Amino acid sequence: MSDTPVIELRNVDKSFGPIDVLHEISLKVKAGEVLCLLGDNGAGKSTLIKTLAGVHAPTRGEVLVDGQPVKFSGPKDAQNRGIATVHQFGGTYPLMSVGRNFFMGEEPTKGFGPFKVFDRKTANKIAVEEVQKMGITRITDGDRLVGGLSGGERQSLAIARAVYFGARVLILDEPTAALGVKQAAHVLRIVNEAKKRGLAVIFITHQVMHAMTVGDHFAVLIRGAIAADFRKGEKSREEITDLMAGGQNMADLEASIEGYMETHDGHPPKVSAAE
Amino acid sequence: MADTSNNEKSTGGSGFSLLGLLRRPEAGAAAGFILVFIFFSYFGWDKNFLTPLGSSTWLNFASKVGIIAIPVGFLMIAGELDISVGAMIPAGGIVMAMATNQFGMNIWFAVGFTMVVAGMIGWVNGMLVTRTQVPSLIVTLATLFVIAGLNAYLSKQIAGTTQHSVPDAGIVSEFILGDYHSWIIGEGENSFTIFRSLQSSFFIWIVFSIVCFYILHVSPWGNWIFAMGGDQESARNAGIPTNGLKIALFMLSAMAAALVGVTEGVLANSASTTTQFGMIFNSIICVVVGGVLLTGGFGTVTGTFFGTLTFGIVFQGINFTSFDKDLNMLFIGVLLLIAVLMNDTFRKLATNASTKKKG
Repeated sequence: MSDTPVIELRNVDKSFGPIDVLHEISLKVKAGEVLCLLGDNGAGKSTLIKTLAGVHAPTRGEVLVDGQPVKFSGPKDAQNRGIATVHQFGGTYPLMSVGRNFFMGEEPTKGFGPFKVFDRKTANKIAVEEVQKMGITRITDGDRLVGGLSGGERQSLAIARAVYFGARVLILDEPTAALGVKQAAHVLRIVNEAKKRGLAVIFITHQVMHAMTVGDHFAVLIRGAIAADFRKGEKSREEITDLMAGGQNMADLEASIEGYMETHDGHPPKVSAAE
Repeated sequence: MADTSNNEKSTGGSGFSLLGLLRRPEAGAAAGFILVFIFFSYFGWDKNFLTPLGSSTWLNFASKVGIIAIPVGFLMIAGELDISVGAMIPAGGIVMAMATNQFGMNIWFAVGFTMVVAGMIGWVNGMLVTRTQVPSLIVTLATLFVIAGLNAYLSKQIAGTTQHSVPDAGIVSEFILGDYHSWIIGEGENSFTIFRSLQSSFFIWIVFSIVCFYILHVSPWGNWIFAMGGDQESARNAGIPTNGLKIALFMLSAMAAALVGVTEGVLANSASTTTQFGMIFNSIICVVVGGVLLTGGFGTVTGTFFGTLTFGIVFQGINFTSFDKDLNMLFIGVLLLIAVLMNDTFRKLATNASTKKKG
């Protein structure tokens, strides 16, 4: 595995008119590595993703792919360079079949000339195979509508799709946010699987637990700037949570909870801390 | 594990099981058609509902709505609406009439010219919707009145009248565009009528339906149309040219409506600027009865086809029965309600097809 990062941002700024959203963002991801981008709502995560995915061009600074500076002409251009984004709701279409979802925009066809026919059989077969390879064994029928799948399975389908279409960088935008514990574990397994296959993964989340399970490298984003950048094992979960919440707030909250516990025979307040 | 997966594959793949058939999206529309057909066949038996001539009454009516309903259905699947078809029908008729009368064009040039004009209007609709992000219901409601106004104004300015006569188009052209067709096998007493007095528009509708079926369900573009209605943002991210495709769909619906105007004009040898407000609702009813989801992302051409047939029967069928004619609208309203409720059930069946297999 080469040491050149697959994708790298150098001192990237992004402003919309007078509003600066990102300041001096520098980060890099190598193949087979998971970078976790942590940040509270409004920290600029979405803008950063969109910059990585070619939706926005950076105002200043540069984006490098395989060590070469590039300017994406649009999301399609970024995709062609192997940068795939899987959004929160998976980019799947509930009322379409697994096979059709999987090949959306890249439909396999048979026939010739203008009389192209969507090759349903091949599409279904490959889709089911690929999804199963990622460890989702419950999907066996490519004609099934995606609306009948669970949230985790939909997310996994979208990831499997990106991997199949040659993604080298996988940007996952809050893939576990709306999922239950079991479903989230599912998705995390798939993130691991993608990593094992040598993909560079950028995993955006605000759930520290999920990040710590799969991440090799962490960056905490606060108000559009990277507030901390560290590797696996360098910081504890509490420290990270602290950082994300801007430090002081979390410590105050903790103190108030401890105060409560002292006066209530060691019982925590009814509202438990966010898991 | 291997065993269960095999079992699942066989039940999912066969598609011949009754449940599998019921899960098809057009099943509701087809079932509704059969019910309505039987109902009117029984109550309309004495008044020749089932005779070739009787059937032509509702088939001819259905064909005109149907030609418009299919592209309107496409738009609805893509998450949009087109109301302006109501003014596009007369626009098609009068543009063709003026092109032949005032500009002396050959009938086929005139038809081509009409299609170009209709395509341009559709393009404007599409551009307005994709550029402004204003809901297409409002945009096309506005263009409906703009086109209606232009119909009346330009027709008065250019031809000096709102009632145009359309010259005879010649045998071949009339045969294709607007004529009554009959097919009777045998002679005299042994003769058997396959169909009688079917208008050309019926055959245009059939051909158009087949072409549209190919576009939506067989070709890869169909996927894109569904994706646009399912989740436009994701579709764009997947590299689908959503704006271009949407504009193309608006052009298709405008051209289809104009084509209906052309066939009516050639058939009746006259064209009028009267806006056909009824057809707006008729086409939407057909699409909804056909099982297309109003919010987009779901529907079939076959379903719309059956929905149109059902609507045609209910709209015209009452004339063959002894029911009071005043009940006509009530029948259509009830049909629409039943269809929507039924489609909802069928759609749930379709999405939940998986949960049962969990164990």
